[in-house]
Amino acid sequence: MASVIEETATTTAPFEPFLTASVGREGAWEIEDYLSRGGYTGWRRAVSELTPAEVTDWVKRSGLRGRGGAGFSTGTKWGFVPNIPGPKYVCCNADESEPGTFNNRAIMEWDPHIVVEGVMIASYAIGATHSFIYCRGEFGLAAERLIQAIRDAEKAGFLGTDIFGKGVDLQIEVFRGAGAYICGEETALLESLEGKRPMPRSRPPFPAVVGLYGRPTVINNAETLANVPFILKNGPEWYAAIGAAPNCGPKIYSLSGSVNRPGNYELPLGITLRELVEHGGGMREGRKLKAVIPGGSSAAILPATLSDGRDAMDLVLDFDACRAAGSMLGSGAVIVLDETVCMACAVTRFIEFYQHESCGKCTPCREGTIWMLKILERVTGTGGTDDDLFLVNDLASHIPGRSLCLLGDSAAAPVMSAMEHFRTDFDTHNATGHCPSGCIPF
Amino acid sequence: MIPNPPTPFPTREGGGNTEAYVLSDTTRAAIVALKGKYPKVQSAILDALRLAQDEIGYVPAEASAEVAALLGVSPHHVHSLATFYTMFFTQPVGTAIVEVCDNLSCALWGSRRIIARLEEALGIAVGETTPDGSITLLRTIECLAACGGAPALRVNTTYYEKMTEEKVVALVKELRPGKR
Ligand SMILES: Cc1cc2nc3c(=O)[nH]c(=O)nc-3n(C[C@H](O)[C@H](O)[C@H](O)COP(=O)(O)O)c2cc1C
Ligand code: SF4
Ligand code: FES
Repeated sequence: MASVIEETATTTAPFEPFLTASVGREGAWEIEDYLSRGGYTGWRRAVSELTPAEVTDWVKRSGLRGRGGAGFSTGTKWGFVPNIPGPKYVCCNADESEPGTFNNRAIMEWDPHIVVEGVMIASYAIGATHSFIYCRGEFGLAAERLIQAIRDAEKAGFLGTDIFGKGVDLQIEVFRGAGAYICGEETALLESLEGKRPMPRSRPPFPAVVGLYGRPTVINNAETLANVPFILKNGPEWYAAIGAAPNCGPKIYSLSGSVNRPGNYELPLGITLRELVEHGGGMREGRKLKAVIPGGSSAAILPATLSDGRDAMDLVLDFDACRAAGSMLGSGAVIVLDETVCMACAVTRFIEFYQHESCGKCTPCREGTIWMLKILERVTGTGGTDDDLFLVNDLASHIPGRSLCLLGDSAAAPVMSAMEHFRTDFDTHNATGHCPSGCIPF
Repeated sequence: MIPNPPTPFPTREGGGNTEAYVLSDTTRAAIVALKGKYPKVQSAILDALRLAQDEIGYVPAEASAEVAALLGVSPHHVHSLATFYTMFFTQPVGTAIVEVCDNLSCALWGSRRIIARLEEALGIAVGETTPDGSITLLRTIECLAACGGAPALRVNTTYYEKMTEEKVVALVKELRPGKR
């Protein structure tokens, strides 16, 4: 195990969490508390000392990559926004609804100012004067805390007109969703914010050029933006030294499932699954690992022995290593499944979710999820046939690449990976009409 | 920017419109005030529907039509939003909505047992409302983003985490009318 740590960890100094340092501390959401921790230093530095292009360059050099799913360079994304006159927008994606993900809610409820300050800096970098935080509808407390944070920042002169006497204007609005997973998809988010039915747009044009109200727009996840104030405060080199380039900075891993202490663990990108599970108090009741989903329900399920023969516990939890292993780090929602979990039942539950959340715009996703669910419910109910399993796999294989947004691909990934690695769970259902593990009390 | 003139709107008592309004004057005024909040008025529909639901408890067709009239947008469009999003109810629901998360991470920590216990304690099945109209029981299709505190549930806007069968029975007692 020691050798694994030597291979992956390049930082020597012990890591001090900063995104979640105040999570769970009473009153941390107050602006006085935030200021006493050096809050808004990054915002002040950006506006007073740096040009927008320099801010973008700092974020690029920090190596920050998007925490919303794709791990795309944040600074590069900001750089795509054309330098043209007229309105531009930043939309913070705080719709967090990927099953297994719960870090955005934690930071917004306890430390909303880090998200607000991140939105401010991003807005300055792209020249937006009116920006939005799209907050998931279910998050009542988070929305309340964000609204209070914005109001307090206005009173303190960090928002409004002629900020710090530098001629910078900015206004931030919290927009509350109303319950629809698809609104997390960036173009559906824009449609929702525009008051339309939240159905994804076809691209190109990309939001950086034609986004909210037809204007250039940057969409970033709340955790991504929460990193930005610290980059401005401590410098891009400081940030880039955390983790192992090109996977820089800390990640708030949302660890759930079969571990003793599920929860958010902020650690440098590049730790192994074994280390993360140890942080989470080890496997629940000492059980054995059966499978892991490294990036929320949309990520392919990995078996305990990876395709290259390695133990999945040695999987490095960063963007590139998870992709190389055939899955993705996604939102950093690590769902651990132990030997008692039936993968057929687990996947059926996911497909129930995707079927419900498919917006219905494209046929392969809309109809495919309906039929996959019907067949899987038969298999996990009274038992199905080999033909059923063939059909589900066939349906799943026809969705990716034939639908407008990644929700379709996300529905196919768990089904196809479970069929590939855990076929016996499905077969047992078919043969016996019962769940092989008596299952999770489903 | 949309100008926000103090448009006079008819009140419940009269003003030329004989139709009965389903929303109170306060809510109607709050909805009209939303018109200047966003660069385009259509963006205010979700906020307006939320105000309507907060007052009535759900969004009947008359309420979405009224929201549409107040914002000056198509009633069909407002209705199409009210039915797309899961947090709007187009049928009456209980005063307290108990929504148990039933996605995978919560299921692994016993959400199905929590639901069964609630059904027993309330004497209703998932999707139903107690006969006195006080409590509606739901299971989520989505994940509540509280998997670290699995099993989790929500009562209206408040989250409850790491629930046990004992805790939900105590919660039901709290939610019974007369106790709130
Ligand atoms: C179906 C679907 C749901 C998504 N949900 C979310 C979400 O809840 N939060 C989020 O930040 N990104 C979500 N994304 C990813 C966004 O489209 C987008 O890539 C992300 O917000 C970009 O932010 P980043 O560059 O900071 O990662 C979702 C994507 C898809 C296809
Ligand atoms: S892939 Fe599914 S969710 Fe995405 S646009 Fe098509 S139908 Fe809608
Ligand atoms: S699965 Fe229940 S909160 Fe995520």
